[in-house]
Amino acid sequence: MRFFDISRGLRDRFHFSWMTICLVVIMTLPFILFFGLLYKSTMILGSHSLVDLLFSSSWRPMKGEFGFLPFIISSIWVTVLSMLIAGPVCLLTSIHLTQYAKNYVLRIMHPVIDILAGIPSVIFGVWGILIVVPFVGNYLGPWLGKEVSGYSILAGAVVLSIMIIPFVLNILIEIFRTIPLELTEASLSVGATKWQTIKFVMLKRALPGIISAFGLGISRAFGETIAVLMVVGNVAKMPTGTFQPGYPLPALIANNYGEMLSIPQYDSALMLAALILFVVVLVFNFASRTVIMRYEKAS
Amino acid sequence: MKAEELLFRIFMFLSTLLIAVSLLLLIASILVKGLPAISWEMISQTPKGGYYFGKEGGILNAILGSLYLSIGATFLAFIISLPVALFINIHLVNRRKFVNAIRFFLDLLWGVPSIVYGAFGFTLMIYLGLRTSLLAGIITVTLFIIPIMVRGMDEVFKTVPKGLYESAMSLGSTKSEVAYTVFFRQCIPGIMTAILLSFGRAIGDAASVLFTTGYTDYLPTSLSQPTATLPLSIFFQLSSPIDEVKARAYASAVVLTVIVLVISIAVRYFTKRFQQHKISD
Repeated sequence: MRFFDISRGLRDRFHFSWMTICLVVIMTLPFILFFGLLYKSTMILGSHSLVDLLFSSSWRPMKGEFGFLPFIISSIWVTVLSMLIAGPVCLLTSIHLTQYAKNYVLRIMHPVIDILAGIPSVIFGVWGILIVVPFVGNYLGPWLGKEVSGYSILAGAVVLSIMIIPFVLNILIEIFRTIPLELTEASLSVGATKWQTIKFVMLKRALPGIISAFGLGISRAFGETIAVLMVVGNVAKMPTGTFQPGYPLPALIANNYGEMLSIPQYDSALMLAALILFVVVLVFNFASRTVIMRYEKAS
Repeated sequence: MKAEELLFRIFMFLSTLLIAVSLLLLIASILVKGLPAISWEMISQTPKGGYYFGKEGGILNAILGSLYLSIGATFLAFIISLPVALFINIHLVNRRKFVNAIRFFLDLLWGVPSIVYGAFGFTLMIYLGLRTSLLAGIITVTLFIIPIMVRGMDEVFKTVPKGLYESAMSLGSTKSEVAYTVFFRQCIPGIMTAILLSFGRAIGDAASVLFTTGYTDYLPTSLSQPTATLPLSIFFQLSSPIDEVKARAYASAVVLTVIVLVISIAVRYFTKRFQQHKISD
């Protein structure tokens, strides 16, 4: 009996140690990521100043000129535009699904959102090439009087917006669900209509949550690679309009990796690009998650 | 006011419809383009000479490669994720603040783009002296899916009522026994859901394997060989100017979409099972 107890205790010890090790490994992962990327980008940061790298627009790796500005601007264009498309759609749909929709609509929409969330980004890219690019190039462009190929910032933004919709929508639905029922009931009981309650009580209460959901959507869009890369055109020039091709940061990394190994500075520059992505995404995530966490606590 | 509500309700309805239609359009366009090009030959053979000029062969290398990679990564991630998720919910159950901090941290990690993992994985690979290989891909994808899997399992373990934990402890179980016999067994369907979701992420991601797994026409026979993956095979074939090859890219897209849809159906099944067996407080 006593022996049995010791072995059980040992087993418990063993599991406890293994669990602790795993937890520590996971918790240190982001720091390893950060310092790994930082270490690799020290070389380029040593020979160029950060301001030059971020605000110069000449990208000539062979001559040692690494201006990230066209890529950063492209990323911002694509991301902001996709959020402008996805944001209102998500907001309207989330209100519809949480306040008005009948049961059968929910039964259809829940699987739709789940499936959409699970579709790989390369499939979105294929879809973009099949539908969005021809639409922009053959219909939307000529209709607005522009000669365009369709491979453009706009096409990238449309594809991205569909990709981030399930992600943003799920968070919004969660936020609307955490609004206490007493709050809406109080509003209804003093004579407000349902629409007034939604507009003046729910939306007001949910506003920080909505903004942070959009923030998470932006960070998701900012780092998306393959789908955008396939439709955005990839021309390393300063984009001047939404119908122009762009070249976002993730696409830059994906397209040039492997080729750059012969030039150490090039390698280092791309690692800096990855570091920029990492930091920007973390900052957006941190800010948004902090707000959302406060909601969950309040409810 | 009435008119405003009506207007917005119409907009709400339209945007809901838009989402549903986008998904339909997405799947329909892939099927319409891909189904005519799909054949038994395509999914049962590896590329023959001249495959990329439209000659015969198939994408078995990519299908199997993707499966090897995702199964390997999901398995590795499982070994690390399960203990962590259990640890958070059993050993740390009375330290709310710490647990919340861990969850917050994992959510942050979840948001890191896969291309960053890819770039990091590549650096790690060079540092360790590995070449583009199945192993390097598995390690990178494991890192990438761990936060997803831990959070998925964590959400499941959270639903186990405290009474179950307390009664098992009062019978003299050690904490690890409570973890692996009570919590684990109780939550198996929910754990399956978390595993499948991570597997779906692993099989569909291209940016993290682009530099780490490489690409080859042959079936991998060991962990140290480069391996083809489905997303990359779609990507590469689609950039070809030859129509037959492009058609095969669409067919490959159908294969990947079907795999993902099957996973999604399985997830729904396990979620339902989990709800049925759930013990309420």
